[in-house]
Amino acid sequence: MIPLHRINRRAALRGMLGGAAVTVGLPFLDCFLNENGTALAATGTPLPVRFGTWFWGLGLNPGRWEPPAVGKISQVGPELQPIAAFKDKINVFSGMKAFLDGKPPTVHFSGAQAILAGAVPVGQFAAAPSIDVLIAEMIGTRTRFRSLEVACAGNPSHSQSRRSGTVMNPAEISPAALYTRIFGPEFKDPNAAEFIPEPAIMVRRSALSAVVEERKSFAKKLGANDRVRLDEYFTSLRELEQQLDLELQKPAPLEACTVPDKVGETPIGTEIEMVKTNHKLFAGLLAHALACGQTRVINVAFSDATSSLRKSGGQQTHHEYSHEEPIDPALGYQPTLTWFFGEIMQSFAVMLATLDGIREGDRSLLDRMLMMTGTDHGYAKLHSLENLPVLTAGGANGQFKTGIHCAAIGDTVARVGLTVQQAMGVAISSWGMGSNETAKPFGEVLA
Amino acid sequence: MNISVKLVKRRLLASAILLACWATPQASTRTAAAADLAAAAQTDGDIVIRRLNQEQYRRIIADVFGATITVGGRFEPEMRRDGLLSVGAGAVSVTASGMEDYDKIARGIASQVVSEPHRATLIPCVPKSATTADDACARQFLSAVGRLLYRRPLDDEELGSRVAIASSAAMQFKDFYAGLGTSLATLLVSPHFLFRDETAEPDPDHPGQFRLDGYSRASRLSFFLWNSAPDQALLASAGTGDIQTEKGWARQVDRMLASPRLKDGVRGFFEDMLGFDEFETLAKDAILFPKYSSKVALDAQEQALRTITDLLITRGGDYRDLFTTRKTFLTPFLASVYGIPLFDPDGGWRPYEFPDNDPRAGMLSQASFVALHAHPGRSSPTLRGKAIRQVILCQKVPDPPGNVNFTLVDDTKNPQYKTARERLTAHRSNPTCAGCHKIIDPIGLALEDFDSIGGFRTTENGVAIDTSGELDGMTFADAAGLGKAVHDDPAVPACVVTRTVSYGLGRALTKSDAEWTKVLQGDFAASGYRFPDLMRRIALSDAFYRVRPPQLGALPVGKAAFASDANTLGPIGSERGLP
Repeated sequence: MIPLHRINRRAALRGMLGGAAVTVGLPFLDCFLNENGTALAATGTPLPVRFGTWFWGLGLNPGRWEPPAVGKISQVGPELQPIAAFKDKINVFSGMKAFLDGKPPTVHFSGAQAILAGAVPVGQFAAAPSIDVLIAEMIGTRTRFRSLEVACAGNPSHSQSRRSGTVMNPAEISPAALYTRIFGPEFKDPNAAEFIPEPAIMVRRSALSAVVEERKSFAKKLGANDRVRLDEYFTSLRELEQQLDLELQKPAPLEACTVPDKVGETPIGTEIEMVKTNHKLFAGLLAHALACGQTRVINVAFSDATSSLRKSGGQQTHHEYSHEEPIDPALGYQPTLTWFFGEIMQSFAVMLATLDGIREGDRSLLDRMLMMTGTDHGYAKLHSLENLPVLTAGGANGQFKTGIHCAAIGDTVARVGLTVQQAMGVAISSWGMGSNETAKPFGEVLA
Repeated sequence: MNISVKLVKRRLLASAILLACWATPQASTRTAAAADLAAAAQTDGDIVIRRLNQEQYRRIIADVFGATITVGGRFEPEMRRDGLLSVGAGAVSVTASGMEDYDKIARGIASQVVSEPHRATLIPCVPKSATTADDACARQFLSAVGRLLYRRPLDDEELGSRVAIASSAAMQFKDFYAGLGTSLATLLVSPHFLFRDETAEPDPDHPGQFRLDGYSRASRLSFFLWNSAPDQALLASAGTGDIQTEKGWARQVDRMLASPRLKDGVRGFFEDMLGFDEFETLAKDAILFPKYSSKVALDAQEQALRTITDLLITRGGDYRDLFTTRKTFLTPFLASVYGIPLFDPDGGWRPYEFPDNDPRAGMLSQASFVALHAHPGRSSPTLRGKAIRQVILCQKVPDPPGNVNFTLVDDTKNPQYKTARERLTAHRSNPTCAGCHKIIDPIGLALEDFDSIGGFRTTENGVAIDTSGELDGMTFADAAGLGKAVHDDPAVPACVVTRTVSYGLGRALTKSDAEWTKVLQGDFAASGYRFPDLMRRIALSDAFYRVRPPQLGALPVGKAAFASDANTLGPIGSERGLP
């Protein structure tokens, strides 16, 4: 029997299981492709571009986050001070709004959708897929997980990642569970000396074909809507099959990959200290997951858009403060509301530091990715959809210039999503729906 | 970007497999949106496949394999649509992460079923040899179990492929039971198990119209009355066609209504209507409310459901009395939250009746309502008033408008409001706010004697609480008065009728349902608002099983051109062989 590590990757695994003639062709993993997907890398491992979103609720206080000048960021506003150390690696986009085109606004939703989906929702249902899904379709189809979603405040429905109005990618709420999911028994360490594919995986992989075959029995009699939903189911089934395929492969070594320590159970809830703790654990796990090639797209929901964050012993949630706390006449803003913003931005800083702390070749993981933020309102007290704060972090492997403040007063906020997708290589010239449709990316940040 | 494509053809457990590998075309956003709008514009009687909810999944596993099989793992969230999860079940699908979870759960169940302690009772035959395949025994097991899981007999191809899997896996593992388990796991991730599919047939009693076929009728009936898949007797009556006859159908309905399992159906409905799924992520401040825990949440729900089944089923009572009854059930644990001394050595459930003039009357005064609709740190008349309108009265409350000018309600001179009533003064006095808030807040203000977790109080921050309120012109002085106003409101029984019909059908009601619903509402009143009678009438209505066959043909314009769709729709890589 040929030692497995000597088998050419294109070869089939033959006769592995008790003499039964089973042959499985191996998927052509794109870890052999360079960043343009055109050629095999000669040696070592290519370092692909990654994408992420980071969502928080209730926006920021207008006038307190925007850098004073447009162009190169020399300083950030007081509410972005926690991420000031990263000012050369972030971009700030200010002044933009969500156009409703006469639709009634869905509070804590329309603005978030305009940023992340380029389209305002119909009631409670998103009108378009979210940007992470569009990008994962491009860069995430050959990793173990097409994307990974986490929610730091304990509710899987806080996820902003949606394939459609009714299909939301649910978020992990437990760092311990996420650890097991990524680095538990199914994890194949790219840097392990030995690789032993498990026969049971191959059996499971074959068995799933019976389920795939069942598509035929539906196809003839389904209505159009149900077909779309069944397509979704079978796409998900395909991703499961692909996970099993990958488990049968020795993955290519990845220098930046180290397996994190096991994460124990932590309390989960909306209390701010718990949320920050869980966020920090999630940030670490996701960074390792990226570095170990387990996924290329991550989505972090620090809280829900309505922001049910609260202080221990406090009577009100962040959301209630936004509407009920009076503006302090001396400060000019709502103090407790703004305190929460500080906590949120500090956590965003932790996220950036975690990504920046992993070295891949001559750059950091943060340099090799593009992370985009989302939020719901420009001024939550009034449910305003003007001046929505949007940030990006990371240089997308050199495809995105950083350290720049772009202001576009009165334009649709979908300009950011358009710019981001173009930087990630999505070949579109416009994006968005209705008056949020735009063909004007921010040229000043595109490389 | 270069695109390299290799066509892939894959056969079951077969030899050469070629895999497609292509770079992805860009996705288009307009298309998914169009598909969603088409989905939203569902017309009446359309067949819609519905995903099992977690409770149904667990119940079916318990029915088929017994209660000792543990179902471990995570279920993806459900979606509420038109007020019900049962309707949202027809909109959701299975995500990649959801599929991973279902697969884990399925393998967990399968390995328990074939394990030594269970195989004697759950597998009706013994293989000739435990270390190799035995197609006859595998067929016997998979056929019997498949019929229960799919809610209909497996066809030859389905059964054949599952037997083949059991066989080849048994040979590879040198273990009959491991092979059988592998095959069973594939039944549990099948769309035929996870989704409730329905089939239409021409209706001989109404030429030109369509009705559900026997197995589909059995399914709809069973999920409605027992919140689970059809049992052997119901499947048998579908198999013989008996269920499609007047007598056979009535026989099954009456059998199911007389069974103790009716409680499961009633509980399933009210859990959905009352929004108990929100308890899972309900947060309460641990310092302000140290008595609250997930156990309180569970007990609160159980209290409500026991109150409901006791009144509606056991005592054959009037549905409206749910809002005035002082008879309920408590555990000592829950009683401590209510501040009631209750002793029970086992910590179990005991009937409890509040005294005659106690304001704690009716379900709206119980924790399952007041705690569910309150903030983590304090009560909320607005949330409670809104919930009564939406959940109990089936009335729509408009969303808050965008760009509300909250500067109008800033009062920096006297911000020290002591009670919720004071805090909400601006809601009532400011015209911008009052339009909506005057139909919501006055209802919830009557419940201010209940704090955020349902504990009873008469003062807030040292000030006596004023619990007077108003609902559509009816005024009252406290929660008991609110309960009576709700009891007397004709919208309340009308609402539960429409919700029950919608729940059973799994869709929002449309104009064509109006006639039938009106008749049901009239009958409900005439019967003394007896809920099992309502369920019986619905279960025995032709309209409950009337469907339009699916509108076959082209997909909605602008199907999202995701890369993954190349797997399923496009000419490239169409190994699935779609028509």
